[in-house]
Amino acid sequence: MAFTAFASQTTVEQAPRKRSFVALVLLLPGIAYLLLFFLTPLISLVITSFQEPDLYGDIGDYVTAFRWENYVDAVGEYWPLILRAFGYALVATVLALVISYPIAYFIGVKARRFPLLQSLLLTLVIAPFFISFLLRTLAWKQIMSDEGPVVVFLKSIAVLPSDGHLTGTAFSVIFGLTYNFIPFMTLPLYATLERLDTRYLEAGADLYASPFTVFRTVTVPLSMPGIVSGTLLTFIPAAGDYINASRDFLGSSSTAMVGNAIEANFLVLQNYPAAAALSIVLMAVILVIVGVYVRRTGTEDLV
Amino acid sequence: MATSSTKSGASFAESGADLELTGISKRFPGFTAIDSLDLQIPAGSFFALLGPSGCGKTTTLRLVAGLEEPTAGRILIGGKDVTDTKPFQRPVNTVFQSYALFPHMTILENVAFGLRRRRIRDAVAKAHEALALVELDHVSSRRPAQLSGGQQQRVALARAIVNRPALLLLDEPLGALDLKLRRQMQLELKAIQTEVGLTFLHVTHDQEEAMTMADTVAVMNKGRIEQMGAPEELYELPRTAFVANFLGQSNLFTGEVVAATADAITVDVGGVPVVVPRARSQRHSGEVAIGVRPEKVTLLTEAPLPQAGRNVFGPGRVTDVSFSGVSTQYLVEVPGAGELVVFAQNMVFGPVVQVGAEVWLSWNADHGFGLDDDPGTVPRFVPDASTESIAIQRRIALEEELEQA
Amino acid sequence: MRRRTKGLGLWIYTFIALAFLLIPIVYTFVFSFNDSGKLNIAWQGFTLEKWATVCTVQGLCEAFGNSILVGLTSTVLATALGTLIAIALVRYRFKARSAISLLLFLPMATPEVVLGAGLAAQFLTVGVEKGLGTIILAHTMFCISFVVVTVKARVASLDPALEEAGRDLYGSPGQVFWRITFPLLVPGIAAAALLSFALSFDDFIITNFNSGAVDTFPKFIYIAAARGIPAQVNVIASAVFLLAIVLVVVAQVSRAARAKRSSAS
Repeated sequence: MAFTAFASQTTVEQAPRKRSFVALVLLLPGIAYLLLFFLTPLISLVITSFQEPDLYGDIGDYVTAFRWENYVDAVGEYWPLILRAFGYALVATVLALVISYPIAYFIGVKARRFPLLQSLLLTLVIAPFFISFLLRTLAWKQIMSDEGPVVVFLKSIAVLPSDGHLTGTAFSVIFGLTYNFIPFMTLPLYATLERLDTRYLEAGADLYASPFTVFRTVTVPLSMPGIVSGTLLTFIPAAGDYINASRDFLGSSSTAMVGNAIEANFLVLQNYPAAAALSIVLMAVILVIVGVYVRRTGTEDLV
Repeated sequence: MATSSTKSGASFAESGADLELTGISKRFPGFTAIDSLDLQIPAGSFFALLGPSGCGKTTTLRLVAGLEEPTAGRILIGGKDVTDTKPFQRPVNTVFQSYALFPHMTILENVAFGLRRRRIRDAVAKAHEALALVELDHVSSRRPAQLSGGQQQRVALARAIVNRPALLLLDEPLGALDLKLRRQMQLELKAIQTEVGLTFLHVTHDQEEAMTMADTVAVMNKGRIEQMGAPEELYELPRTAFVANFLGQSNLFTGEVVAATADAITVDVGGVPVVVPRARSQRHSGEVAIGVRPEKVTLLTEAPLPQAGRNVFGPGRVTDVSFSGVSTQYLVEVPGAGELVVFAQNMVFGPVVQVGAEVWLSWNADHGFGLDDDPGTVPRFVPDASTESIAIQRRIALEEELEQA
Repeated sequence: MRRRTKGLGLWIYTFIALAFLLIPIVYTFVFSFNDSGKLNIAWQGFTLEKWATVCTVQGLCEAFGNSILVGLTSTVLATALGTLIAIALVRYRFKARSAISLLLFLPMATPEVVLGAGLAAQFLTVGVEKGLGTIILAHTMFCISFVVVTVKARVASLDPALEEAGRDLYGSPGQVFWRITFPLLVPGIAAAALLSFALSFDDFIITNFNSGAVDTFPKFIYIAAARGIPAQVNVIASAVFLLAIVLVVVAQVSRAARAKRSSAS
């Protein structure tokens, strides 16, 4: 499964050097494609981020320059959205991990003796993938709307004040992010827990560890590759997401994240340099965080 | 493809071809797997390459199959140089250690695969014949996963011999089977080889397997062949300490040659003269290493009278007795000569002597052998230091202490 | 006794959590039968009418058709390119390995909004008109890495002795590939293709930056969300969901049955 993905190591058979031209033929089309449609666009983005408005052009016309102030302006204007994006993503990632781990443990370890049950439960985990991400989020919007059953109930037991809302708040955005990325967290966790040798747990228990100590000192370290993959697969898209925080979905103007600013600047305001500068900032911060995180958790081998 | 002369020459060998390796070396980054190896295997023989894991035997096999390229040297099959040809151009087939049966094809498709690649007519009929030879024609429409390990092994064999290769390579083909099945397959394999008359090159780390099946055994160690010959010859007259200990067990001693006649040499082992026939000894002067097989040694409870042609050690003390059904193994500590191992047939009920008994050891001088190794490098005989024997020795020591107290 | 209640807790938790995951799906399905007007928010009563009038909503079926077309095309492209890379990565040694691994990892570690904005910036610079073609180019790009990872796992689990046996049994390199390697990789390639299709079909963010005037199914929903979603959208989503889930469950049950049969014989 692709979600096991982020940390795998394979022993490679010794292949004679002179056959490497075959490797070149195999690699060339795909790698050229990625260079053309992944790497070059990133470079375009960097170039765009330094452009300045064309003095004699229409709105949306820019000329190549080295206007580094674009970054100062963009960060100066949007820093609360950048912070919010990483804050929301962090909280959602932690929540998704806490919610997903028991599910993955149950399916991967406890349900191991019943292969059919195991695969059916797994199907339920990936079932949300089969229905549009946008529709699922809209469904939550309806369920949590002011006239919806959840708000009515919360107001009736006075948990929510009578003029309170759920949608359009930080709560609903984080809720939506968490919900949407639970499958991305559960699958890699499942993939490592499924291979967990339960004899290690028995050995831990045999050596006087309480169930909690076994979990903390044996299960969690052994499932680290899954935890790393799952948190990355959740955190990275969550930090760049702009659907949940969008006004038409679970957010409001006070919950906008950096993704919303990039979208608005690129597609609505046609302020391409600002959108590009924000994208570069977002990507740079994510790469730094991922780099530090991956190094600290000791999983260096990524693809 | 039809232009390939090696290949058309390979079609259905009437009988096996001989294999010749000259000056073969194979170096991988960081280590040398094979070091200037010369080997000749006569046509129609069953040849076993025996050695511990990592000795280079599997690499040798892969070189012959064409799955690896030698760093230096030539490979000749039936007199033709095949060094630079690809595996599919060589008149060679392999029975892989993991069998490597194609999981997505039926048994019949597996067996017919090679025939179809060479566009040989009646591939299906020939495949059925080969399956009948290994008594598995009734499963021809199944998939490999539906067969037992022993059945898969036989299919792998049928898939190789159906091509009538000049040379059949077997890479530890019985390694994954349990002991009983293994014994049965050894006999079957041998029978099939006799029946089809191909040249078999069999790689194994199991000395018993090599000796029961092969006409000729080559013992390989660290990328070189230590000794080559008929199984009995290798066993009765090992030329190096490695062979003496890898092929069964041996009692080895070192000492100075103190006398030499036309027929024999006499070696001083810790003050005891030990006679070894000159013809069975590789070195005839100076410090030498000699040995004798444990089953050739007789255990005596009384000092024997000196007798020409017999070597005698003793008195020694029995330190361990382990009963293994057919025979009993005794460890005997002899002052000056060290610890010796003795195998005695269980002619009577139970062991003859107990731990702690005083015994003498004697063997026919004709059964001894002299090694080619430098005496300094010969490992002393290391008794099997199993935990059980250590525990027994501990207990004896403790009991003695208690008695003295 | 304590042990039993603890295990039971995990059972209950898992089923509640999975039920939670399914709530929006059930909601979407139920509201595909809502006898609503233009807005599909409050429950108005049961009707099958929306299932019969799917394509009467302007642009909806066209957007859905675009999604299918984009999904199929980019899946074929990404699966072909990614499979070749995966084979090369496992079977061959070459110098630029770590650079290539990084190039494959980065698209998975880059937020979609950056991927989308980057491609859009490039199309802007080069002056390419955005449309179906640019959507396909973009989707192929982000699917390649996922294909590589999925197929690579399958290649790595393949016993190299199988290919060696093919060569030993007189198979030329091409024959060995098409008769042995490829058939054995098919499950991995199929999984990668399904994943690609799912990723492409559900993608909105990258599409939004690179689609110009062309709508896909998710983009149609995004635009409609501002005004209110017609129930016909729920109909299409529910139908796709039911089809996918039936296919998956049938595949799993038949695989379990096959596993049982082959272990029995």
